[in-house]
Amino acid sequence: MQKHDLSYVRAELAAAEPAPAGVTGLGAWVRKNLFATPFDSALTLLGLLVVAFVIPPFINWAFISAQWTGTDRTFCSTIAQGGIQPDGWSGACWAFVNAKFSQFMFGRYPAEEHWRLILTVIMLVVLLVPMMIPRIPRKGLNAILLFGVFPIVAYILMSGGWFGLPHVETPLWGGLLVTLVLSFVGITVSLPLGIVLALGRRSKMPVVKMICVIFIEAVRGIPLVTVLFMASVMFPLFLPAGMTFDKLLRALIGVALFASAYMAEVVRGGLQAIPKGQYEGADSLGLSYWQKTGLIVLPQALKLVIPGIVNTFIGLFKDTSLVYIIGMFDLLGVVRLNFSDASWASPQTPISGLVFAGFVFWLFCFGMSRYSIYMERRLDTGHKR
Amino acid sequence: MKNSVKVILGAAALGLLASAASAATLDDVKKKGFVQCGVSTGLAGFSAPNDKGDWTGIDADFCRAVAAAVFGDGTKVKFTPLSAKERFTALQSGEIDVLSRNTTWTINRDTALGLNFVGVTYYDGQGFMINAKKLPGVNSALQLSGAAVCVQSGTTTELNLADYFKANKMEYNPVVFEKLEEVNAAYDAGRCDAYTTDQSGLYGIRLTLGAPDDHVVLPEIISKEPLGPAVRQGDDQWYHIVKWTYFALLSAEELGITQANVDEMKNSGSPEIKRVLGTEADTKIGTDLGVSNDWVVNVVKAVGNYGEMFEKNVGAGSPLKIARGINALWTKGGLQYAPPIR
Repeated sequence: MQKHDLSYVRAELAAAEPAPAGVTGLGAWVRKNLFATPFDSALTLLGLLVVAFVIPPFINWAFISAQWTGTDRTFCSTIAQGGIQPDGWSGACWAFVNAKFSQFMFGRYPAEEHWRLILTVIMLVVLLVPMMIPRIPRKGLNAILLFGVFPIVAYILMSGGWFGLPHVETPLWGGLLVTLVLSFVGITVSLPLGIVLALGRRSKMPVVKMICVIFIEAVRGIPLVTVLFMASVMFPLFLPAGMTFDKLLRALIGVALFASAYMAEVVRGGLQAIPKGQYEGADSLGLSYWQKTGLIVLPQALKLVIPGIVNTFIGLFKDTSLVYIIGMFDLLGVVRLNFSDASWASPQTPISGLVFAGFVFWLFCFGMSRYSIYMERRLDTGHKR
Repeated sequence: MKNSVKVILGAAALGLLASAASAATLDDVKKKGFVQCGVSTGLAGFSAPNDKGDWTGIDADFCRAVAAAVFGDGTKVKFTPLSAKERFTALQSGEIDVLSRNTTWTINRDTALGLNFVGVTYYDGQGFMINAKKLPGVNSALQLSGAAVCVQSGTTTELNLADYFKANKMEYNPVVFEKLEEVNAAYDAGRCDAYTTDQSGLYGIRLTLGAPDDHVVLPEIISKEPLGPAVRQGDDQWYHIVKWTYFALLSAEELGITQANVDEMKNSGSPEIKRVLGTEADTKIGTDLGVSNDWVVNVVKAVGNYGEMFEKNVGAGSPLKIARGINALWTKGGLQYAPPIR
């Protein structure tokens, strides 16, 4: 190697200069993101104005002026309304939520049996959390426990009638319990059933294909309200006298089948996005249909449609509120049912109850949505543009 | 092909309805060990949950009274909350034994729908509420010409309102909402001059207004809404038990028998009270009905007499504070009248 003696060339890299003061730090971030153009500045100011108008009154209503404890409506109404609060008072009536909390969570489930529900929730968390964290091993065993053993144990625990546990009929169930039961069953049934339906719809066997198409199109053509209504109002008329199916079970089947049809179309979207070469490659390796589907096609297809699947889950979770119209009470239904309790009737009661219900729904939906983003990032092995 | 399936299913359903209707409800109820009672999905004072989740209200208490008449125990009752659309099917299909769900008695329901109404536990009717501060001097609905009236859409309330204003040759401006909460909020915000719905409901709504004392319920009632419990047609024995439970509640009030004094009253010298309470020698009043002879004692012990039930749930003893009005006994100028128990 030739040696140069070029003393005017630096022997080592110059140390990086610090970025100019104008582009770093808080001031630069604010300038770049909030006040880049006059239009941006105007929008920022408008936004700040809205925040200043909305947030302090809300904080005041929800926390500072709120009534946290109490036994009846007098605690949440002003003197003119027959209560104890000064005139002009406006604050959240958390006392109402507090007094009705166990109803909001469990419905009319007998209080001395609540431990059974709490135990079920603990079991669900213990099984679900390791299932959701990819690092933890033994996913197969975990899945069998969560989707095979857990539902049976949970059913026995919650419904009772075995092992000396008193039977608790489903009309007594309510609140968040019903919301979670409906959406857990809906989610765990609709995903596998939806995949089967999607594969069936793309099948080359005409009968299978026709059955799947008819089912999907029929269910997607009917509103969920109608499905629930048929299950609740029409169905009993077709049964022999005295023979009644559990109303919750009817709603469960309705919700699960309904969600499956939507899930099938989401999954079909993923299947269609897989390039033909993948199928042909699998065929040329001599894989059977199930090997091809299970090892090559589905893993790629499902990864693609995670946002759509979670969208369906979140929609399903919120749709459970529709069971209100067939006289079952999910979280929102129980909250609204309790507005009719005259001993809590006050101007603040309905809004407080609805804010509480909205917050609980948001917690669950936001959790699902964050988890789906996490999964997308983790499984992101290409295709991303 | 679909049509023929429909016809077969329909015929099967009708046949099943007939068989359900002819079954002896009393035997079924006794075998089950409880009365299955249909209530509303929440109406203040009629059927609403309390803090513990137990059903309270006139309609719920009536169910307890029936249970007390049958079993001597007012707690042997299970409640099924029903939406307005489900209520009749639930009764027809045998899912419930008694429908006690603020249901208006009409000829159509009595005949075509195959129900039997047992009586009127609450005489309701559509009324108006106004803000007396905003409209001083208005003390009759006939002065409401030109008013903006808040009303819930898709209800008979809306139709009654139109009929009433048309009949009285008055103009009005309907402000229509889908949800009850929306109507309440609009009225409270002053978007309309008057609010119309069933009078019993107006008292409940008044509690949720910012300044309840400014609002008055006008005296006019523009529709008849006799609310009462109903049973399936075709089972006279069960119909009689439920009907006479209602009359027993009225008779108890008329004779001054209350929850507190019912045990003393058993030793009363009055032959009428003795007859009602089943302490008369060789009485067969209760057993002829299909229950025990001390059934009235059990009913009153469980829920009190009609007056007590009314005051506790919707009257002075409740936040609603509805006056007895036409729901008073006939002896006090009301419409509540029971045939003699003898």
